[in-house]
Amino acid sequence: MAERIPRVPVREQDPKVRAHNFEEVCYGYNLEEATREASRCLHCKNPRCVTACPVAVKIPEFIAKVKEGDIAGAAAVIAEDSSLPAVCGRVCPQESQCEGSCVLGVKGEPVAIGKLERFVADFSAGETMSPSGVVSDDPTTGHKVAIIGSGPAGLACASDLAKWGHDVTIFEALHKAGGVLEYGIPEFRLPKDAVLKREIESVKRLGVKIETDVIIGRTVTIDSLMDNEGFEAVFVGTGAGLPKFMGIPGENLNGVFSANEFLTRNNLMKAFREDYLTPIHAGKKCCVVGGGNVAMDAARTALRLGADTTIVYRRTEVELPARKEEVHHAKEEGIDFQMLTNPVEIIGDENGWVKALKCIRMELGEPDESGRRSPVPIPGSEFEIPTETVIMALGTAPNPLIVNTTDGLQATRKGGLVADEEGRTTREGIFAGGDAVTGAATVILAMGAGRKAAKAIDDYLKNK
Amino acid sequence: MFRILKREMLTPNICKMVVSAPRIAKSALPGQFLIVLAGEKGERIPLTISDYDREAGTVTIVTQLIGASSAAIIAKEEGEFFRDVVGPLGNPSAFVGMSDEQIKGQRYMFIAGGLGTAPVYPQAKWLHDRGVAVDVIIGARTKDLLIYTEELGSACDNLYLCTDDGSVGFHGVGTACLEDLVSKGKEYTQAVAIGPMIMMKFATLTCKRLGIPIDVSLNMLMVDGTGMCGACRVTVAGKTKFACVDGPEFNGYDVDFDEAMRRLGQYRAEEAVEKAKYVK
Repeated sequence: MAERIPRVPVREQDPKVRAHNFEEVCYGYNLEEATREASRCLHCKNPRCVTACPVAVKIPEFIAKVKEGDIAGAAAVIAEDSSLPAVCGRVCPQESQCEGSCVLGVKGEPVAIGKLERFVADFSAGETMSPSGVVSDDPTTGHKVAIIGSGPAGLACASDLAKWGHDVTIFEALHKAGGVLEYGIPEFRLPKDAVLKREIESVKRLGVKIETDVIIGRTVTIDSLMDNEGFEAVFVGTGAGLPKFMGIPGENLNGVFSANEFLTRNNLMKAFREDYLTPIHAGKKCCVVGGGNVAMDAARTALRLGADTTIVYRRTEVELPARKEEVHHAKEEGIDFQMLTNPVEIIGDENGWVKALKCIRMELGEPDESGRRSPVPIPGSEFEIPTETVIMALGTAPNPLIVNTTDGLQATRKGGLVADEEGRTTREGIFAGGDAVTGAATVILAMGAGRKAAKAIDDYLKNK
Repeated sequence: MFRILKREMLTPNICKMVVSAPRIAKSALPGQFLIVLAGEKGERIPLTISDYDREAGTVTIVTQLIGASSAAIIAKEEGEFFRDVVGPLGNPSAFVGMSDEQIKGQRYMFIAGGLGTAPVYPQAKWLHDRGVAVDVIIGARTKDLLIYTEELGSACDNLYLCTDDGSVGFHGVGTACLEDLVSKGKEYTQAVAIGPMIMMKFATLTCKRLGIPIDVSLNMLMVDGTGMCGACRVTVAGKTKFACVDGPEFNGYDVDFDEAMRRLGQYRAEEAVEKAKYVK
């Protein structure tokens, strides 16, 4: 058997340089690299990568098109199942989904599916993508559907419904569309103007209307949308926007921020840009608490704003929930990782500003219900990390606003909307999906939930 | 885009604007606030609603020149547009949710200071229209800085003006005026203070002494205003609350004002830099 081609490495910005700018870290493949990488795909009969993809992109099929050099064809294949390929190619945790189940990965390295998806999306940017097998000028059905939230779940749900001819309006609380893609994920991972805006424009080209500055539950209620504005079905994709804090002493000191605040100031409000008025405070030394993607994003943002940055996480590196690539990038850029470390108090100076983060060392004990070994404090191991700012990246919970202002909706104890597998909530005509149901998860899982709900909404409208 | 239908400078630093925002006007209630973004590169500034007209589809905001972003709001002319106006945000004032039974027989005292005078107006009007007894104290440094005197005069039973320099009305601060009124036999079942944090702190201390319950409206720093950023954290009765979704009005007795004042200054250094850039 011929020697296998090794996985084609992707070009990246030098870590020393990128630690000081907000330009994209990864440059992506060019046509030659992409074609070479595409040739590695074995085109399995039962492609496990497709099963592992929450939106079931026909991966071997699009890779075959790339191999042939038919990039537009590849884009059309992806467009059948995903409306945000340039986003997913950049932010999906491929190692635990498509690439994680690639047969090549058993003995060697899996096909770089994410990088190929991104290449296809970027290469065909600007062209109107008419997904193959979908007639883009479907007769309109006349059914009006409201989508609440313009994040990944809402965009995916809206795209499918628009393709099927429904009249779709997305309502967004912030002044820009994109949800977490806009306010949460930094520019250096997902460029806003060059990538996100382009993908949102392509969703709009499917006929989806987006109304920003509308807070459902405050500006107008779901009931009013249904009773007075003629919406027959509603999809709630409001994400998990509420930040969590630890409840330790000192959390309200000046210089303690939620990752949401810190990232929103920098991403949505563009504090890193000289020409924007938004203030942001990273300090000279910053500690970020948490180990997920948001923690990595906050730490790498603080670093770029000039702070010497430490990540504090209570378990070990193996348990870090962040994508491997983000952890790797963060380390390359010079972020300090303090594992098995948990904050117990934030210490302030005489003016009420953060001075130090007091932590305790942890060790892994017995496995808990989740199967993960739970960290337990080592008595007497307390120590202080001098720092000017502390960013809490401990996860987020769904916002209760919609549940509190809509009759007949129910939430779980953790705040997620009660909904079945297809997104049907406890009230007829109202569907939900993504983080608003599950609590904080990933972009692609939210998109998957949005698509399932779109199918359920379509069925509901047809059988009404 | 949200068109500015009317613009009027109330003092050299305070500007009143009537803005077309039909959806918001339809839902707004006394005590709630808006977030205004003057242009693409500005900040999202929280402003308490100073009036609303459901039929005309307008809301009124009153802004004080403080930093670069408020300057950008004030710089807008009549006929121009705000990029974004979002709301109404936060909970309406406590009395909005009260039954006629509960509210009958109450005697309200509003203590208004500076910019905080404007949002007192929809509250006083709401109560006054329902026949509830309402007195209002407006305080300012000097006569020319008093705002909303005419509007409030028609929305309450007794309007008391006070100035630090004695140029008009009671000579002294609003809390001293309240103490004076109570010592002369006035009785109130509920006070509401809206104004600078330090004024609300002292209003609360005074009311505590006089045994009058008091609500205060906290104008904390915010980004989104929907509970997402947590910048507006305040300690109320020993617990962390978000002013945007849990407030903006709280029982004054429970508020940690010193912490709130400190948190308001969190971006002062950065704001000074921005302001310098803007002014230049």
